[in-house]
Parts: sequence; structure tokens; C-alpha cells
Amino acid sequence: MSEERGTVAAPDTSRSELPKPQWNRHLLVLAGLAVVLIPLPLLLPGAQQSVAVRVLIFALMAIGWNVMSGFGGMFSFGHAAYFGLGAYVSAYLLVNHGVSPWIGMVAGAIVAALFAVLVGFLALRYRLKGAYFALSTFAFAEMLRLVAINSDLVNRAVGYTVPLRDEPSWWYMQFEPGAPQYFHLALGLTVAALAISILFLRSRVGRFSVAVRDDEDAAAALGIPVMRTKLTTIALSAAITSVAGTFYVQYYFFVDPDVAFGSSVSIQAILPAVIGGVATIWGPVIGALVLGPLNDVTATLLRDPPEALDFLQGRAGLDVMIYAVLLILIVLLLPQGVYGAIRDRLQSSRARRRR
Amino acid sequence: MSSAPDSSARAVEDPDSAVAEPAEVAGDGQPEGAPATMPAAPRARWARSVWVRVGIGAVLVAVAVLVAYLRAGNGEVVGQAVVTGLLTGGIYGLVAMGLTLIFGVLDIVNFAHGAFLALALYITVVMVNEFGLYPYLALLISVPVMFLLGAAVQRFVLAGAMGKPLENQLLITLGLALLIDNGLLLFFGPNPQSVDIPGDQGVQILGAVATVSRLLAFGVALLLAALIYLLLQRTRLGTAIRAVAANEAGAQLVGIDTRRIFAATFAIGTACAGAAGVLVAPLVTIEPTTGELFNIIAFVVVVLGGMGNVVGALVGGLIIGLTEQLGALYLPGQSPLLSVFIVFVLVLFLRPQGLFGRGTT
Repeated sequence: MSEERGTVAAPDTSRSELPKPQWNRHLLVLAGLAVVLIPLPLLLPGAQQSVAVRVLIFALMAIGWNVMSGFGGMFSFGHAAYFGLGAYVSAYLLVNHGVSPWIGMVAGAIVAALFAVLVGFLALRYRLKGAYFALSTFAFAEMLRLVAINSDLVNRAVGYTVPLRDEPSWWYMQFEPGAPQYFHLALGLTVAALAISILFLRSRVGRFSVAVRDDEDAAAALGIPVMRTKLTTIALSAAITSVAGTFYVQYYFFVDPDVAFGSSVSIQAILPAVIGGVATIWGPVIGALVLGPLNDVTATLLRDPPEALDFLQGRAGLDVMIYAVLLILIVLLLPQGVYGAIRDRLQSSRARRRR
Repeated sequence: MSSAPDSSARAVEDPDSAVAEPAEVAGDGQPEGAPATMPAAPRARWARSVWVRVGIGAVLVAVAVLVAYLRAGNGEVVGQAVVTGLLTGGIYGLVAMGLTLIFGVLDIVNFAHGAFLALALYITVVMVNEFGLYPYLALLISVPVMFLLGAAVQRFVLAGAMGKPLENQLLITLGLALLIDNGLLLFFGPNPQSVDIPGDQGVQILGAVATVSRLLAFGVALLLAALIYLLLQRTRLGTAIRAVAANEAGAQLVGIDTRRIFAATFAIGTACAGAAGVLVAPLVTIEPTTGELFNIIAFVVVVLGGMGNVVGALVGGLIIGLTEQLGALYLPGQSPLLSVFIVFVLVLFLRPQGLFGRGTT
């Protein structure tokens, strides 16, 4: 099997010229998108605005996952831990101490990053790789869930409900239900996360991280501090995903151990990135655009099903089944994801034209 | 960085993937790791080191039971925990045997194993509640159905990802798990179901009480485990399976059709989940997500027993069954699963090759 993998990779390295990464163009596209999307809430009716917000939450989670597992090459199956910590830390501070979610967001990001560094350090220290690494991240997320379920400190299985305020407030991240501010807030956070991931890739640590992923021994031989690079990548990844957790609680007013730490949360962080394209900047966003609306599409379909599917009326599960089929098909047919496949096609056609 | 190499290029980083890793760790110069890395080591030495480890294991279990006794201060509670733990552990062992077989031969971390078990649970529910079949007779339907399903899944879905990076296979099996779990949710709804055994009652064993269904499940699980062991050791098919696990290219060279072996192994592994599903049906509340719990536990057992080690899986199952029950005594008020995860993480960090090293199936 290993020989096959070698030959798969060979054409990549022998490609005569690699296209130069164009960071500024990515940042410009991002800024343009942000500006274009600002008036979106004016165009969308209320129900679809919540779909847009959900897309952004998916994107935020997946952007975080992508930093560690895409650019860093460390497959995480436990990003629920970081999402949940972001959600729980901010909810705890808000409900028990009246601290603003903005501060809670920073605190949550710090706690998530520290936890991620601890878990990552243990896993890397004991040289876990591949499946073992993924299973260890999964185990820690599940342990947090079990501890949360049985701890009085965080209200056991009940979790937290965000107290309602009399008037909307940016400081407490609370607005009228369905207000456009929620969308703008999510948009701002997602744009910031994307900008950070672009800047990260451009930075020294980011390039180190990609080098370590591609060939750890060669990177170490060049004097790259492997462990520090990996841990920085993991911390950044956890912090981004934790922000999604904080926003989630403020938007849905509610968090419990399953919502925060359940294994389905980890899957939600993985799916958009895999469908859009692992280790690409725009992949997670594109994947989120595909996955976010699916839920509502199937819900509408099942509320008023065509005759053949009548027996499915009001049943749950169809949306995840569609995710699952998409996931399998993408991994089998487009292992680079939607964005990756399009990008590769464009690049190869451009290269042909030049020749 | 728009030119970030894709995942297939990344696989170059560890061409041997996870399989070689535990062996490497085992080879750190500990003499006990030797049989794992050198299957050709003298048999006597291998046997001795196994007995030493069995001894250490037995002592650890005895200490764990003793500490549990001191904490609980009540012999009956501990006795009950030990009996329940071992009986449940036998079933965990059977589930994990299928998983570890698949890992050892196909190198796939199968996240769909629990979902297959859930499917078998619902097959049992339908057979018993719709057709009035005696619960254990569902074995005759569930096992062949799951066997065929496993072969089909391997042939038509997973075969396309053989030799691809580990993440690809992991994601595909994850997709299968989501597909099956939510398919069950779609067709059967979220309401818990149950299967009753007519005339099921408690029996006294060693001062503890166990239901007949639990005893039967344990006994049949052990029987099936023994059958699989014999199949692997004594039949042509089993020899071929072990050969593919040990050296795929070599097996191909001596004329083994590896594609057929892959399909057969995945089918046998899935049939294990199918059998386990029928056996646990009377013992658990049946929901679409019930399989997840077994999946998690089976992973722990597989890592504990050594990925690919069938006997290790059975022993690991018993140990995890005990851990779950005794852990509830150690950490009262916490979920019994927490202690399972603590053991899991410790094993992952300290002995990723499992308690018994990595044998060639």
C-alpha cells in the first residue's frame, strides 16, 4: 500500500512550477465578500436569515478544524471539546457572574487553546499518529461531555439558558429575535477567522506548520521546532472553534452537554471542511454553504412530502442521511473537496495554456 | 496558500500509517515488546511472556477488585459488579473482535461498526415484535444479512478507498455510521424499543444475580469468539486472512485473492456486530443511537487488546466490562463511561500497541 501512496504523490513534486500563493488576492476577495454580504439581511426574509447564520456558524467551526487538521495535518475527531469549552466558559461567566460574552469569548478561547495544547502535547509527546491521534482527541471531548453531565458546577445535564434582557445590547450580544445584528456579528467573526487563517498561512509559523505536515523529519532537520509549531497550530485551531461555541450560545440562548460536547459537534466541524476541501482556505466556507441550508430543505420536504414519501412525514434524520451520502461521495470521488477540485482544474488548464 | 498539497500528498509523511507505529513503540528495547515485532521469536519465550502478562493482568484485576471492596465496604455490591462486568465484557469482546479483525486485515478504523450493531438490534426488534420470532432465532437472520451487507459495503464503498490516506477511510465509515443511524431514526423514529425474552428471570451466581438473557448472551458470545478463533487458525480462509494481515504483497504473491479476503474479512467483522446486536437486544433500550455507545467501547477494547489482535479483543472486552462496573464504584456519581475513557487514554499514551503487543491476528 505504501508504494502506491508514494506514486500518488510523485507527480505533485515533479510539477515544473508551483503556482505562487497569492495572499493579498485572498485577503482582497475576503474584504470584497464581506462588504457585499453586509446588506444581505435586508434581502432575506427572517427564516432564511437564520439559515445564513447557521451557515456562518458551520463555517466558523470548520475554519478552526481546518487549521489543525488541514494545514497542520493532525486529524482531529474531537473539536467538540473546543466548541463546547467556548460555549460553556462564556455561558458560565454570563449566567453566574454577569460577564459580557465578549470577555467570555476571549476567556473561552484561552481555555480552549490551553486545553487543546494540553491534549495535543500529551498526544504528540506519546507519538500518537493517524487513527490513534484521532481517537485520543475524541476521547478527551467525550470525557468533557461526561464530566459536564455529572458536575453541579455547570448544572449537570440541564446546562445553561441565557437570561433575556429588556433591551438589545451589543455589549451582551443580545438583539431582537431575528435581528440583522446577529447576522452581522456572525459575518464579522467568520471574516475575522478567515483573515486570521490566511494571515496564519502567510506567517512563519503557518509555513512551518505546512512544512511539518508534509515532511516532519525534513522540517526538523531544517531546524523547525516541530513540537512548538504543532502546538501553536492546535491552539489557534481550538481558539477559532471555541468562538463558534460562544456565538452559538448567544444565538440559540441555550447550551447543554450534548449540544456542546457531543460527537455530532465534532462531525459538524469536519463535514464542511471535507466537503468544501481540506487544507484550502475557502473549502470550509463552501462546505458550510452546502450543508447549512440542507437541514431546512429536508425539513420543508418532510413537512409536505411528495406522495411516494408520505410515510416519512414529520420524521427526523433525512438531513443527516443526505450529509452522510454527500460525505461518502465526496471522499470517494472528489477527495480534494469541491473547492479543491475546481481549483486544481483551473490551475491545470492555466498551466496548459501557458505551455 | 492556494497550493497547499492535498491529503493524498500528505500521506507520504507516514507511509506505513498507524500499523507500523505501535510496533515501533513496542520495539523501544523492552523485552516484552519482542514477540509483537518478531512473530518468529521462539515459541517458548513467547508463551512465557504471555503468561507473565496474564499474571500481571490478574494481579491488577485482583487489586482493582480489592480497592473497590474497600471503597464500597460491601462485598455483595462488588461481587455483583464483577459478575455483571464480566458478563457484559464478553459481549464487548465479541463486538470488538469484529472491529479488530477489520483493522488488522484492512487497516480501516471502522466508525460504522456500532451502526451495524444498531442495525442488527432493529432487525431483532422487527423479527420479534412483528413476526413473533423467538429472540435468539433472530441470529439466523441477522448474522447472514449483516455478513452480506458487510461484503457489499466493502466491495462497493470501501474498496474505492483502499490504500488511500487513513482519513479518507475514517470519513467514509463515519458517513456510513451517520447514514445507518439516521436511516434507523427515519424509519423507526426516536422512541426507545425493547425486546423481551419470554420467561427471563434472575439466577444466582457466586452470590450475585444475573438474568438468564445476560448469561446466554455471554455464553453465546464466547462460543462465537471461539468459532472465529478456530476459523482464523484452522481453516484455509482463516490462514489466508492472517496472511493478508501479515503481509499483503506477500499474500498476493502466493496467489491469495486479496480483494476477496478484504470483502470476506469485513463481512465476518460485520457479522460479529450482527450477532452481538441480537445478543444484547434483550439487555438494552434500543434506540437509533444505541450503537454509538458500543462503537466507543469497542474502540477502547480494540486499542486495549492491541489493534488487530483477536484474542486481545476478547480479554480487553472482559477488562473493559469490569472497568465500567468497578469504575462506577470508584467514581460514584460519575458516568461509568468516564472510567472507561480514563483507562482508554492511559492505554493510548502508555501502551498504544495494546496490553498484548501487536500479534499478527
